[in-house]
Amino acid sequence: MPTVKMTVNGKAVSADVEARTLLVHFLRDTLELTGTHVGCDTAQCGACTVHVNGKAVKSCNALAVQLDGAQVTTIEGLANGDTLHPMQEAFRDNHGLQCGFCTPGMVMSAIDLVQGKSNLSESEIRAGLEGNICRCTGYHNIVKAVKAGADAMQAGKGR
Amino acid sequence: MAADSGTATGIGASPKRKEDFRFLTGRGTYTDDINRPGQTYAYILRSPHAHAEIVKIDTAKAKGMPGVAAIFTGADYDKGGVPCGWQIHSKDGSPMIEPPHFPLCKDRVRHVGDQVALVIANSIAEARDAAEEIDVTYKELPAIVSTGAADKAGAAQVWPDAKNNTCFDWHIGDKAAVDAAFAKAHHVTKLDLINQRLAPNAMEPRAAVGDYDRATGEYTLYTTSQNPHVIRLLMGAFVLQIPEHKLRVVAPDVGGGFGSKIFHYSEEALVTWASEKVRRPVKWTSDRSEAFLSDAQGRDHVSHAELALDKDGKFIALRVNTIANMGAYLSTFAPCVPTYLSATLLAGVYTTPVIYAEVKAVFTNTVAVDAYRGAGRPETTYLLERLVEKAARETGIDRVELRRRNFIPKTAFPYQTPVALQYDSGDYEATLDLALKMGGWADFENRRAEAQKRGKLRGIGISTYIEACGIAPSAVVGSLGARAGLYECGQVRVHPTGSVTVFTGTHSHGQGHETTFAQLVSDTLGVPFESVEVSHGDTNKIPFGMGTYGSRSLAVGGSAIVKAMDKIIAKAKRIAAHLMEASVADIDFKNGEFTVKGTDKKVSFGQVALTAYVPHNYPITELEPGLEETAFYDPLNFTYPGGTHICEVEIDPETGVTQVVNFTAVDDIGRVINPMIVEGQVHGGVVQGIGQALLENCAYDQETGQLLTGSYMDYTMPRADDVPSIKVATHSTMCTHNPLGSKGVGEVGAIGSPPAVINAVLDALRPVGVTDISMPATPHKVWQAIQSAGKAKAAE
Repeated sequence: MPTVKMTVNGKAVSADVEARTLLVHFLRDTLELTGTHVGCDTAQCGACTVHVNGKAVKSCNALAVQLDGAQVTTIEGLANGDTLHPMQEAFRDNHGLQCGFCTPGMVMSAIDLVQGKSNLSESEIRAGLEGNICRCTGYHNIVKAVKAGADAMQAGKGR
Repeated sequence: MAADSGTATGIGASPKRKEDFRFLTGRGTYTDDINRPGQTYAYILRSPHAHAEIVKIDTAKAKGMPGVAAIFTGADYDKGGVPCGWQIHSKDGSPMIEPPHFPLCKDRVRHVGDQVALVIANSIAEARDAAEEIDVTYKELPAIVSTGAADKAGAAQVWPDAKNNTCFDWHIGDKAAVDAAFAKAHHVTKLDLINQRLAPNAMEPRAAVGDYDRATGEYTLYTTSQNPHVIRLLMGAFVLQIPEHKLRVVAPDVGGGFGSKIFHYSEEALVTWASEKVRRPVKWTSDRSEAFLSDAQGRDHVSHAELALDKDGKFIALRVNTIANMGAYLSTFAPCVPTYLSATLLAGVYTTPVIYAEVKAVFTNTVAVDAYRGAGRPETTYLLERLVEKAARETGIDRVELRRRNFIPKTAFPYQTPVALQYDSGDYEATLDLALKMGGWADFENRRAEAQKRGKLRGIGISTYIEACGIAPSAVVGSLGARAGLYECGQVRVHPTGSVTVFTGTHSHGQGHETTFAQLVSDTLGVPFESVEVSHGDTNKIPFGMGTYGSRSLAVGGSAIVKAMDKIIAKAKRIAAHLMEASVADIDFKNGEFTVKGTDKKVSFGQVALTAYVPHNYPITELEPGLEETAFYDPLNFTYPGGTHICEVEIDPETGVTQVVNFTAVDDIGRVINPMIVEGQVHGGVVQGIGQALLENCAYDQETGQLLTGSYMDYTMPRADDVPSIKVATHSTMCTHNPLGSKGVGEVGAIGSPPAVINAVLDALRPVGVTDISMPATPHKVWQAIQSAGKAKAAE
């Protein structure tokens, strides 16, 4: 079995995996980072979204072995201790989550969506979230949360 | 019950949710996150055919594959079938046809996805690899999937005992009175409608882990359920014959349900059964494609409706005929959805004096159909509000005026409908007036004209609805065929230091009970919000419960908690009276303090709690130590949320694309504990309704019975850019028969919205001659309707 080395949430990790292992299963099963979820099998729902080298990637759609040497951030790596990332905080403040299942992917996508951009309109945010499905919230409060999270990140609270 | 306490966490306030920190940091524990030592993985080999005989299953090669622990087929399965929880009787008094539903098919498969073999291996990859090597010989049979054609001559027969594929042929109401009223009608409006099949699609796929403990003989099932005690009852008593004291069911964090996780699924029984066979824990996790083939689906009604009006536009009678598709097997609550959850709502918000409905349930070679958010009430609301809209167009009476003319007046409550229900409260004029104002009804024509200049067709639609939820009085549902009671249990444990744990038989899978119930308890007992923990989802922790569905958690489960708190306060008052050397009758309790009338004596709730557990100075001969109470609450009636939804759409006639540009929901849901959570529930429900109206459809190939919409590539889930922001308001009248006054909010969004959307689409398309369209009003369908209407006009 090939050996995969990567940096996940700032920690160097290494493991032998079957070549067919998807990144999401490497994270969930090998590293026990179960915050990243699997909601579909066609790369449509975005529940498995993580950051690979700073960009949002659907981790069900990449093999772990493809990402040897990559820097990966999952939902578990966002908060600083008990201090939430501004985007996480914005989701909590705006009731941008209900069952919480799509939430990790939604937050990871949202951060990538707003990074380096200012004053995104509602329609830009909605279009930018097109790859993440939520069945609970009707997106109303997610859109509000992303806007608020973007503003907070712009205000310098972001990382 | 205290009104808004004025604090940031009391009843009526919107504190941030207690649940959110764990969900936002990836620390939620969903079923698939649970791994037991020595765990194996199950893969279920499913039928590729809609209808076929199983001639032979050869598992020899598969059993020799690496990592395989066991392979089971129908021949190996030695326990019971999955039961149905509700029995309906036909018009002639005969009971419904109840076919057996074994977790592994014995000799015949009856839908694509039916369960043929269970493969258990050391890893899921090995289980899948082994399943590939199972050789099943099928003899294919003709299949029937069409709801409308299932009972017709020549249709393939799903079950030998169900002639013409009929499960039951039921009716309600006074047929003779309805016929008489129709005979003297001034106008009759007729409408044929399809309420299409939907896939619920909670974002968390179902999963189950069975764990048998050889040392104690106890079984534990971790499962994605909305009601773990119901699963324990159904699976333990009926399927596997495991007594309750040897079976623990845990529904941990659950990623959405919308009804689809109410039912006892055979995979739950399989992993539990197999864990004992292989002497190791067994885990099964559905993937999304599998979910489309195995999660109970929703709706799927074909109806014909007729409304009789007098010369003043008063509704004088309603007649409805519905065929409801059950799928291949009867899921847990399936028979009650088109009958007692649907036809009993046919009065809607109107004074229609006589109603008659016939409902025929049919079997087809499709996935089972059962309750999906709203369960029967969206179907009825869609039927009524499309029918009323059409009646308004035909009679020339303004559509808002026609509704007002027929509203049950607010002075008429309690109001007995001709179809069994007695509504307790409501004010339909008030929700209508507020929605008209918020939705900009009065100046809509200006917006239509402006859109026209841009080449767009703009329309506005309305729906004034009622629903029955907070299910339900046990005696009533028992008389209607329910095989269970529908009360709820609440347990309040006050700890020695005054913090509180609340155990509820309801289950939260997005609704935020840990927050709402903590607000209720904190406000009532006067303990800090942070000191209240709400526990649910584990049959070993919670005394009992019927779970969460039918918007019942606050109205029924919350009422049980109130009843338990009443007992807590009554006992605490006796302790306080002892401490203050006063008479119990003179003790008042407010804001967490016990006082003696007419004195300045007081003790805090915390002091009383400590005394209860450290009873040095205590009326020990009269009172037990401790401060913990349990209550079961059985509601006296259903609750009846209602309201008005207004939708505004803009259609591009060149492409047929419909954009929802405004949506307003004004709902009467009784007392609101947390407005933030309430609004979130409405947002989500409305978008599921918009999804039904414009996007979603479970399509089966009529010949082969293959599901054509088996993934998110084909089944159109609403995405963020498909829907607008939603204007939400509540205008509440109190429920008169539960201690909270709450009615329920979980389903109103999905119930009120679909007809508002379709009425808006038809309003937009009226100028181009389109008078009817079916759900989902996809761009293709809208474009075709415009083209057909154009051709018809040209031919005139």
